[in-house]
Amino acid sequence: MSDMSAPLPGTDYEHSTSLGLSNNKMAMWTFIGSECLFFGALISTYLIYVGRTNEGPTPAGIYDVPFTSVSTFILLMSSLGMVLALAAIQAGEMRKFRTWILATGLMGATFLAGQFYEFTVFAAEEFNLTTSPFSSSFFVLTGFHGLHVALGILMLLAMWTASMMGRLPQQLHTTVENIGLYWHFVDIVWIIIFTVVYLIPAATTAPG
Amino acid sequence: MAVTAQEPVTRRSAFRRPTAETGIWSWITTVDHKRIGILYWLTAFFFFLVGGIEALLIRVQLSRPENTLLSADAYNQLFTMHGLTMIFFALMPLGAAFFNYLLPLQIGARDVAFPRLNAFSYWVFLSAGIFIYSGVLLGGLPDGGWFNYAPLNLIGPDPTATEAAGQIAVAEANHISRMVFYSIGLQIAGIASLASSVNFIVTILNMRAPGMTLMRLPIFTWATFVTSFLMLFAMPVIGVALWQLMFDVRFGTNFFNPAAGGDPVLWQHMFWLFGHPEVYILILPAFGIVSEVLPVFARKPLFGYSAMVFSLIAIAFLGWGVWAHHMFAAGLGPVANAAFGLSTMFIAVPTGVKIFNWLGTLWGGRIRLTTPLLFGVGLVAMFTIGGLSGVTHSIVPSNYQQTDTYYVVAHFHYVMFGGSIFGLFAGTYYWFPKVTGRLLDDRLGKLHFWLMLIGFNVTFGPMHLLGMDGMPRRIYTYADGMGWNFWNLIETIGAFIIAASIAVFIANLAITRRRGEPAGDDPWDARTVEWMTTSPPPHYNFEEVPQISARDELWHRKYVGGATRPPVRVPAGASPDHDPGESAVDDQAQPAHGPGHTGHADIHMPSPSYYPVIAAAGMPIAGWGVYAGGPVQVALLALGGLLILSGLFGWVLEPSAEEHA
Amino acid sequence: MAETEYDKEHTHPGVGQYVEIGIILAVMTLLEVILFESFDRGFSTQVGIPALIVLTILKFLLVVLWFMHLRFDHKLFRRLFFVGVALALLVFGIVGANFYLGPQPGF
Repeated sequence: MSDMSAPLPGTDYEHSTSLGLSNNKMAMWTFIGSECLFFGALISTYLIYVGRTNEGPTPAGIYDVPFTSVSTFILLMSSLGMVLALAAIQAGEMRKFRTWILATGLMGATFLAGQFYEFTVFAAEEFNLTTSPFSSSFFVLTGFHGLHVALGILMLLAMWTASMMGRLPQQLHTTVENIGLYWHFVDIVWIIIFTVVYLIPAATTAPG
Repeated sequence: MAVTAQEPVTRRSAFRRPTAETGIWSWITTVDHKRIGILYWLTAFFFFLVGGIEALLIRVQLSRPENTLLSADAYNQLFTMHGLTMIFFALMPLGAAFFNYLLPLQIGARDVAFPRLNAFSYWVFLSAGIFIYSGVLLGGLPDGGWFNYAPLNLIGPDPTATEAAGQIAVAEANHISRMVFYSIGLQIAGIASLASSVNFIVTILNMRAPGMTLMRLPIFTWATFVTSFLMLFAMPVIGVALWQLMFDVRFGTNFFNPAAGGDPVLWQHMFWLFGHPEVYILILPAFGIVSEVLPVFARKPLFGYSAMVFSLIAIAFLGWGVWAHHMFAAGLGPVANAAFGLSTMFIAVPTGVKIFNWLGTLWGGRIRLTTPLLFGVGLVAMFTIGGLSGVTHSIVPSNYQQTDTYYVVAHFHYVMFGGSIFGLFAGTYYWFPKVTGRLLDDRLGKLHFWLMLIGFNVTFGPMHLLGMDGMPRRIYTYADGMGWNFWNLIETIGAFIIAASIAVFIANLAITRRRGEPAGDDPWDARTVEWMTTSPPPHYNFEEVPQISARDELWHRKYVGGATRPPVRVPAGASPDHDPGESAVDDQAQPAHGPGHTGHADIHMPSPSYYPVIAAAGMPIAGWGVYAGGPVQVALLALGGLLILSGLFGWVLEPSAEEHA
Repeated sequence: MAETEYDKEHTHPGVGQYVEIGIILAVMTLLEVILFESFDRGFSTQVGIPALIVLTILKFLLVVLWFMHLRFDHKLFRRLFFVGVALALLVFGIVGANFYLGPQPGF
């Protein structure tokens, strides 16, 4: 039997399923359903604590909205890169796939670098984990989001490397789709964070 | 997929694929759901014994007033660990043991959807247990109660360590480390539960045998399904709360510290948002087991199958809307208290539906009074008592009176012990022959049951009286002359009767292992398809995946009629009897075959793997990193993170099943 | 897993549509920033904040329904996701309401 029949990484041992749906994809959606509660808990903690600033910086006083807007835009566009990568591998255009997957990863990395820069600026302005309930909930929420982005970047880079080594054949496009689902989910969490954590509190609180 | 590859498999990973089929490495690297189920059961039963010994120490301490056997500090650690052990390391994993072993068998599958994820869940659960108990050597065990209310979980020092002023700092550090063991230990356990819940949901939705529609699923599988959804949505909530607690105690954040603007009530909300669904995570598996056991021994179909399914779903749904009834005394305001009181009363309705359906199942049945049936009926009776005292909590003014007294302790032991543990023992006696091929001794089993039933009621019944008399829970001793001496002594005696019943059970296990009566495929004349295969089942579960055409498939294969006239057994052929003394697979198994490969060339099973255990091992190491300080912290965190990541990468890169030459 | 029967029957949106949606998302983000900046110039937050929330929900749905293909995919996936979203909104809505509308500390 030729190499093609050897099980590929990520394939299931059982080839027919009751609903005709991919096990992996169903698991990813199940996990994403669970993640809604995870980020729901973090965001609601933030909303409960946003006014408790302990005479430290307030949202209006500390956030740099233009800067965050740029990094938000980059993360949003990385989602576009992800779907274009998926479309490319579904069409069998492997070079294009690699280009887009790498671009997506780099946009994610740019977003993370921006977040790292934002945190250092905040720290220099005496706004850190321990300043107030507001600061604690801000850093833990955005920090966990950043951790999700970092894991996503690792997966994207792993896919890029596998593809470069010829180990990610076109049949595995559902693996790409699943990682894409994760990536988009991390993006929609940020869509909410951008409005609920940055824009609205910065517009409704007094600076300083 | 035919297995006729001519060339040896190219090595894709750092390790050779594990090949042992017996011995310790075969168990460490196994991905077989049946072996994982057995591992779960044994580990959970070990933790059950540990938690039981803790309970005995508590009871000895309380047997007489002003006892000095335990210090306040030791007592706090013991009652906290008793609760955590029983909930997270005994009852939940015992439920998981049944899920693992039975779920694929009941739906006619060869394994779960993600066998390696399943192994990962087990090893993560075990490492969580090791991690949280490692606190014994590192400053003490968690001591804030299982729900660990803020701000008690943030402030030290311990009362016993403050005698010398210089010890305050040490005690404070100890206290912080204990909370690290609480938060990270439960966090790791939560990861295990989350992974299993995803696995079970996908398995039930996607791995059913042909013809197994959702409304033909065995009721235990339904219980697994609903419980998995509860875990799926509840675990992330406690996960966030535990991270916040960890950041508070270790990194100085202000989530729950009122002195810095934090709000202890937020911890209560987060904890009980998880905690109440958790209660149903503990009880629903037992409900599922009893719903399997009663029909078999009453020789009647389960009364009101669809009502049972919908009441399961209703309990799970309403279980999300009652969490604040644990917080009536926190001052949430009259609107919240009234609303949550009402929703709590509502949840009694689907639970009552289940009780009546169980009674309806027994009614008019030709009952065989075996040990599993006794435990099942024990659950129905004891859980009803606990459920009724639960309804009394839902009345807010009454709740103010009962909260934090022994009345509450009585209530939740009637539902958790009288409910869950009786149900889990019913399942153990019922499925033991399927797992081992031998029946547990029925006379010893009955002795176990009666001792346990008596001991249980002697221990926890009087707690209602003590609670009404005002005895607070979580006190390490009490003054003489409060009128509590007599019942406390009786309770302690009861606890030792329970211990004796467990000793009988262990003796039963030990005796049966060697000399038990051979069971055959279907010793109970059961109804569901797990009894169609051999006992114990072969690695691949079924020689041929069964075609399902009815609920209670096996019953319909064995009997005709039943609706209008007494069922008649179908003569030979439908249920071939194997000689259980012989190996079930002796006509096929060829020792020359590698792992992941059975005698049947067309059955392709997943191969064992090292990676789940590697990834799981990284978690407690990273956890000890959070506990430690300085360069050790960085080193441990890095090592733990590296193990987790490399385990996961190796896992993804190796195929689920290896092809064999 | 190899391509399932289900996947063969259901096509995903094409590249052109992906780019269109990407552009709409970018424009909406720009609108959000413009709205935010206009608050400084006296634009009413009572109008602007609901508008921000609506924009956020639209962006959320665009990504979920098109980029994550939920609009074209099996209804089971839609249910799994929206049950999570609805449950989170429900329970944390109640917790938040209790903090903002319930008795305040020191009552």
